[in-house]
Amino acid sequence: MIGRFSFGRLLAVMVKELIQMRRDRLTFAMMVGVPILQLVLFGFAINADPKRLPTAMLVADPSPFSRSLTAALVNSGYFDLRHTTTDPGDIDRMLATGQVQFAITIPVGFSRDLQRAERPTMLVEADATDPAATSNALSALAVIARQALNADLVGPLAGLRAGPDPIDLRVHRRYNPDGITQYNVVPGLMGVVLSMTMVMMTALAVTRERERGTMENLLAMPVRPFEVMLGKIVPFIGVGYVQVVLIVAAARLLFGVPIMGSLWLLSAVLVVFIAANLAVGFTFSTLAKNQLQAMQMSFFFFLPSVLLSGFMFPFRGMPGWAQAVGELLPLTHFLRIVRGILLKGNGLPEIAGEMLPLLAFLAVVTVLALRRYRQTLD
Amino acid sequence: MTVPSGSGSPAAAPVAAIDVRGLVKRFGDKLVVNNVSIRVETGAIYGFLGPNGSGKTTTIRLLCGLLTPDAGEGTCLGLDIRRDSAAIKRQVGYMTQKFSFWEDLSIAENLDFVARMYGLPQRRRRVDEALERLGLANRRRQLAGELSGGWKQRLALAACILHDPKLLLLDEPTAGVDPKARREFWDEIHRLAADGLTVLVSTHYMDEAERCHEIAYIAYGTLMTHGPVDRVIAQSGLHTRVVSGHDLARVAEAVAAQTGVEMVAVFGSRLHVSGLDGAALDAALAPWMGDGNRQATEAAPTLEDVFIHLMNRSTDNFQ
Repeated sequence: MIGRFSFGRLLAVMVKELIQMRRDRLTFAMMVGVPILQLVLFGFAINADPKRLPTAMLVADPSPFSRSLTAALVNSGYFDLRHTTTDPGDIDRMLATGQVQFAITIPVGFSRDLQRAERPTMLVEADATDPAATSNALSALAVIARQALNADLVGPLAGLRAGPDPIDLRVHRRYNPDGITQYNVVPGLMGVVLSMTMVMMTALAVTRERERGTMENLLAMPVRPFEVMLGKIVPFIGVGYVQVVLIVAAARLLFGVPIMGSLWLLSAVLVVFIAANLAVGFTFSTLAKNQLQAMQMSFFFFLPSVLLSGFMFPFRGMPGWAQAVGELLPLTHFLRIVRGILLKGNGLPEIAGEMLPLLAFLAVVTVLALRRYRQTLD
Repeated sequence: MTVPSGSGSPAAAPVAAIDVRGLVKRFGDKLVVNNVSIRVETGAIYGFLGPNGSGKTTTIRLLCGLLTPDAGEGTCLGLDIRRDSAAIKRQVGYMTQKFSFWEDLSIAENLDFVARMYGLPQRRRRVDEALERLGLANRRRQLAGELSGGWKQRLALAACILHDPKLLLLDEPTAGVDPKARREFWDEIHRLAADGLTVLVSTHYMDEAERCHEIAYIAYGTLMTHGPVDRVIAQSGLHTRVVSGHDLARVAEAVAAQTGVEMVAVFGSRLHVSGLDGAALDAALAPWMGDGNRQATEAAPTLEDVFIHLMNRSTDNFQ
C-alpha cells in the first residue's frame, strides 16, 4: 500500500483536527455544554424517590388518633398536607385534576372502632398514573400507621398495639445506604454524555470532509486509512477526558458522590469506552452521505444506548430480548464498570468481566470502520 | 504548436508521463468512461475538453488512483495505475474542480498540512517559500475560506505543487476565475511545464485549449479526437464559410434548414456556417449572395466550431 505507518502523517491529521475543532465554536460549546446541561437536568431534576407529595385529608372523626396519624404522615416526609376537607366530592375532584397525589380518609367512628378493636378502615387513595411517584410513599405507609398509633395505645388499650414481627428483618442498602438517586445517575451520566457527543462528533467530522469535498483531496494524498482514522479519533479522546473531568468534579463537589475506587483504573477503562464510541462514529461516517444522515445515525445509536443500558430504567426489569440488545451496547458495560469503580470500589478483577465485551466491541467496530473506509471514491 | 520532447536528450525515446489504453469506468449501469486511451509526453501541457458530464473528471480520477478502472491498463509516470496508485499519489499533484482545501484552516496551516502529509523535509522553509511565491506571506494567517475565487485557485495550485510533483492534474482549474487571474494562472502553468512538469488540464474555455500543446476531446465518455490544436481542426474535415452583410438573422434561419449545413452561429456581425461538404455549403448560401448585400468567404473553422460539430456528432451516436 502506501508503505509503513507514518507518525508524521498521523500527526498531520491530528494537528489539522485540533485546529478545526478549536475554530468550530459549536462543537466546542457542545463539548462543555452537553455535560453541564445533562448534569443539571439529570443530577438535579431526576429523583426516583420523590418526597413531599401533595396530599388531601378528609377527617370525619377528629380524635387524638387521627391527629397522631396526620402528624406521622407529614413527618415521614413523603406527604405534604395541602388540603383538608369534609366533602368526599372534593377528594375525587382534587385527584382527578391532579391537585393532589394522595387523598386520605379517616371515616366516622374511627376512634370508637379502634378502641373496640374492630379494625377501623383508613382509606388511602393514590393517583397511580405514575407508579414511580407513588410506590415509595405507599410502601412507607403501613409502617407509619402502625408506629403512629403505638404511642397512643397506652393503658387499657395497650393490648391493641401491634406485636413484633415474627422475624427480625434486616436490610442493608449497600453502596448507597440512603438510596440517593444521584449516586446512580451522575456516574452513569459520564457514559451517556460520552456516548452522545463522541459518536456524533466523529461521525460529523468525517462526513463534513466528504460534504465539503475535502475528502477527495485527502484521498489524493499518500495517507493510510488507519492514519486518518486514528488522527481523527485521538483529539476526541482528549475531548472525552475533558468531559469526564467535568463530570467527576461535579459528582464529587456538587452531588457528593463517593469515589471509592481508583480514578486511574477508571481512566484506563475510559480510553477503551471512548475509543469504542469514536469507532462507531467513524463507521457511521463511512455510511452517511451527508451530515444530516450522520446525525440521524448517531441518534439511532444513542437512543437504545440510553434506554436499554440500564441508565434510564433498571436493567433487570427489562424483558429478555431487551436485555440481550442491551448487552451488545458498550454503554451497558461501561455503566456497570463506572458504578462499580466509583460506588463499590471495584478493582480490576471485579470489572474484568465487563471489560471483555467492551474490548470485543471496540475490535469489531474498528475492523468494520477500516473496511468501510475507502481509499478511492468508487 | 508542437510538443517539446521533455527535458531528456532528443535522442532517447521520450517516456510518456501518461500512457493509458482502453480505460472503462461504469457507475452502476451508466458507462461514464468508454475505452479511453491517452498518451501525454513528459513536459507537455495536455488539454482535456468536453461538455459537462462527459467523463473528464472521472478520467482524471482514474489516472491518479482515486477510482479503479473497470477495464483498461496503463502507466502514469511509468507506474502501473492499478498496482502502484500509492506511489503515483506521491508524485502527482491533483487539483480538484471544487476548492478542496480546508476552509477553516488558514493559508499557512493548509500548506503545512500538505507538507506534513508528503513528509517533506525542511517543512517550514518550504511553506514559507510557497507563501512568498504566492505573495501571501503577510496574509498567512487568513482563513482559506475567506479568500476570493482567484486566490483560492492560486492557493490550491501552490498546495498541489508543494511536494514537487512530476505530473499535475488540473480539473477545470479556472472555472469562476476572472480573465486576468486566468491569464496569470496559465502563465504559471507554462512556467511549470518549461521546468519539465507535465500538466493535464481539463477546461471549457477555447482560448485555454489553444494554449495547450495538445488537446483531447471527450464526449459521453468517448474520446472523439486528440492531437495538436491545428491538427484537430484539420482532421475534423469541417468547412466553414464566414458570411457578412445585411439580414444575417434571416439568412441564418433559412440556411440552417438546408442539407449539408451542420451549424450556423452568429458572431456579432458575422455568420459562421459549417458543414462537412464545402460545395453543399456554397449551394446553400448561393440564393443569398446574388443581391450584393452580403459576401461569403471561406475560412478555417475555429476550435469551437470543431467541438460543437463533434458534440453534435457524439449526441447522434449516443442516441
